[in-house]
Order: sequence, then structure tokens, then C-alpha cells
Amino acid sequence: MPDEIELRLLIEAIYLRYSYDFRDYAGASLKRRVRQAQAQLDCPTISALQERILHDPKAFMQLLQFLTIPVSEMFRDPGYFLALRQQVVPLLHTYPSLKVWVAGCSTGEEVYSLAILLREEGLLERTMIYATDINPHSLEKAEQGIFALDHIRTYTENYQRSGGKRAFSDYYTAAYDRALFDKTLRDNVTFADHSLATDSVFAETQLISCRNVLIYFNRGLQDRALGLFHESLCHRGFLGLGSKESLDFSGYARQFEALVRQERIFRKR
Amino acid sequence: MSRQPQIRLRGRSRAPLEAILVGASAGGVEALMNLFDGLPADFRLPVVCMLHMPESGDNLLVELLARRVGLAVKEAEDKERLRGGVLYVAPAGYHLSIEMDRSFSLSREEPRHFSRPSIDILFESAADAYGAGAAGALLTGANEDGAAGLLAIARAGGLTLVQTPSDAQVRTMPEAALALLQPDFLLPIDAMRTLLAELDAPLC
Repeated sequence: MPDEIELRLLIEAIYLRYSYDFRDYAGASLKRRVRQAQAQLDCPTISALQERILHDPKAFMQLLQFLTIPVSEMFRDPGYFLALRQQVVPLLHTYPSLKVWVAGCSTGEEVYSLAILLREEGLLERTMIYATDINPHSLEKAEQGIFALDHIRTYTENYQRSGGKRAFSDYYTAAYDRALFDKTLRDNVTFADHSLATDSVFAETQLISCRNVLIYFNRGLQDRALGLFHESLCHRGFLGLGSKESLDFSGYARQFEALVRQERIFRKR
Repeated sequence: MSRQPQIRLRGRSRAPLEAILVGASAGGVEALMNLFDGLPADFRLPVVCMLHMPESGDNLLVELLARRVGLAVKEAEDKERLRGGVLYVAPAGYHLSIEMDRSFSLSREEPRHFSRPSIDILFESAADAYGAGAAGALLTGANEDGAAGLLAIARAGGLTLVQTPSDAQVRTMPEAALALLQPDFLLPIDAMRTLLAELDAPLC
């Protein structure tokens, strides 16, 4: 299994050279993405890819785009946002000010979705949203709030099914093949570089949304991330996960209770 | 190196199996129901089946299969360890892999062959995790997903099964596999069901 050895060495090299820690990522998906990058960067072996990225930071940034998965959509899993609206928002109204953490925000689709939801529920003005990711390109894109127009039809359907109260087109301006989202949506958003693998808690929060991020981690790293969430959340704070993610196989199963099990919304005990 | 334990399968000696993976697409519900019909509760190996389906669909396959088979049926979950005697069904909308520690992981990478879940991804990860201990079966379907994955299983020394194209409701998927490899067994569903019981054979 020389490629398993090469993969481990590559991941170690990335950590030593660039401080990006993929050592506790789930291996199967990581290996596929390294293979894709290898083909794209025209490296015959993983070792060749390692040599290349060690000496060429630009090549590493290219590799990083493969290693992080920028696949997201607005109001993805409408049932999740509907449950937030109906079952979490009424409780959020009891706080004089709110801090929300979107962990692993990628290119920002979920950040804008949450901002729209909070505005419609009259909460956005008193909310600070922290949107964090490890990929600087993704954060930059998230901060621009420009999305491809050919996805807008799906996003609009999602928005309507998520309990949206207005016309979705109220929130963006179409220009050529792109949709520019209302920049006041991000007045209270802070985009920041943060790693669930190496960084620590930076604020007390009332709601954390971290969807389809933990599936890329192994059990140990999942527990680390959940530990950060547990520490960051206030007493009885809320945690939203991806539609197929659970706490059942983690060390934190007993520290949270399900608020809406079907939509993977949990509450700190 | 110590001698590896062996089992005998239809007169041939081979490494013991550790998991059975089954992939199907168009026509697959009926094929899977027939294949697993009457699978006994004391089946030792973990069995994982993957059917192409719409991303947002509810997983009715779990219920359908649970009525037909003796062993436990459940949807595969992220980070869950594979256990013997359980029939796992791949969830919709995510790729399903098997990790080196024999647990499942889910991912939202791009679809492969327009499919998420992709059978290629399941089979390739199983070949990495189990090597010669993997058995892969590819059934009816209208696209080519799974053929490359079955080849990966063959190259790792695992056991390969393909449904006879003339027995399949849609023959594209088994034919794509036959274009890439000569499987250990080329069988209609009924004969494959009989073979499943033999795959569970004890060490000799």
C-alpha cells in the first residue's frame, strides 16, 4: 500500500509547511480528492505532488481547493430552515443580543440564508454572525455575496419551502449571469479564518450551524469540534447539523438533546 | 509471512470474506428484493446495498427490505462501525465510503456518473479497506456507475459478481462491468441468492 504511506506523508508535510491540519480527516474522501488534485496538477504520484506543494505555495493553494469541499446551496434542506424559524427563532427572541456561528461556511450560501431568515424574523439587527472557514478563497467569495444565476431557481424553491416571507428576488440584483446579494445582509457578519482542527473558541454563541462539515472528520476530530461547540454555546444554546449527521457516535451524545431530531437541531443540556 | 486463513468457495480456495457490497440502479428495487429474499438472521457478514435514487427521496428501501429479510436492516450512518448480520442501505444524496477502520463515512463530493451515492466510490473504498475480503456485486442499471469500482475490488483480490445481462431489467450496468473485467461469477439473481449463503461459509 505505497499510496497509503504517500498520503500520510503528504498530509504531514502540509501540516508542517502550511499549518493546515488534515491529519484527522476521514481518509477515503481525502484520498479521492488528493487523486483529483494529482491529476489536475499533473503529478504522476502523491510523492510528486508533495514535492511540488512543499516548494510552491501557489500549488498548495490549488491543492487546498480540492481538499476543502466548496459544495453548498442557499436554504439547502428547506426543512432545516423551517424548523429554525418555527422552533428556534421564538426562543432566540428572548435574548437581548445574539451571536451565531456558521462553522465551515465555505462560499457563504448558508450565511446569507441565515441572514435572510433572521432579518425576516426581526432578529438580524441585534445579531452578530461569525462565518468561519479554513479556505481563504472560499471566505473571499463568501464576503462578495455573488452567486451564479443558474442556481437561483433552486435557491428560490428552497427559500419558499423554508417558510420565506417575501419574494426571493427582493434580496439580490441580477447582473449578467450572476446574482449580487443585498450587502446590508452582511452588515453584521464577520468572516474569519478559523480551523476546527487547530483553533479554539472565540465567543459565546446562542446558535451554531455546522452542516456537512463533521462528515469529513474522523471520530477524534468530530469530538474536538463538538467540544468547541459545547464550550462556545451558552446554557441551552442551539446546534444545527447536516441532514445525515448525528451525535450518536460521538463522545457528546449526552451533552446535547434533540430539539428537532428529523432536522438535526440539538440543544445543549 | 504467516499463512493466511482460507475458505473454500465452489471448489476454489480463497481468502475469507469480510463484507458484501451490492450496487444497483434502474430495476434495482426488484432485483435487491429478490437477491436478499429470505436472507437469514444468522448471516455473519455485513452486507451493504446501494441503489441510485433521487437525492431528496425518503429511504423506503429500508422498510421494503426489512419485510423480506431475517436480519436487521438499517440506513448506514456516518462514523458507524460495520457489524456482521446487518443489511445496510446507503442514504440518498451523499456518497458512502468505508474507512480503513471499517466504519462508514458520508461525503458531499460531486456526483459521479450523475449519481450521488456512487457505487464506484463505495466499491473503491471497500477495496481499500477490505482488500481480498471484499465481495462486490453489480446488478441491473441504466448507467456505468460501479464498473470501475468492481474492477478495483478485483485488483485488490476481492470477489466479483455480476448479474447476467439477459436476467437484468436494464443491462447497461452489468455490461459495463463485463467490458472491464471477467467477474468470478456471472449469474442470474436467483443463482446469486444461493451463492450469497455460500459466501458466508466458515473457515476451513
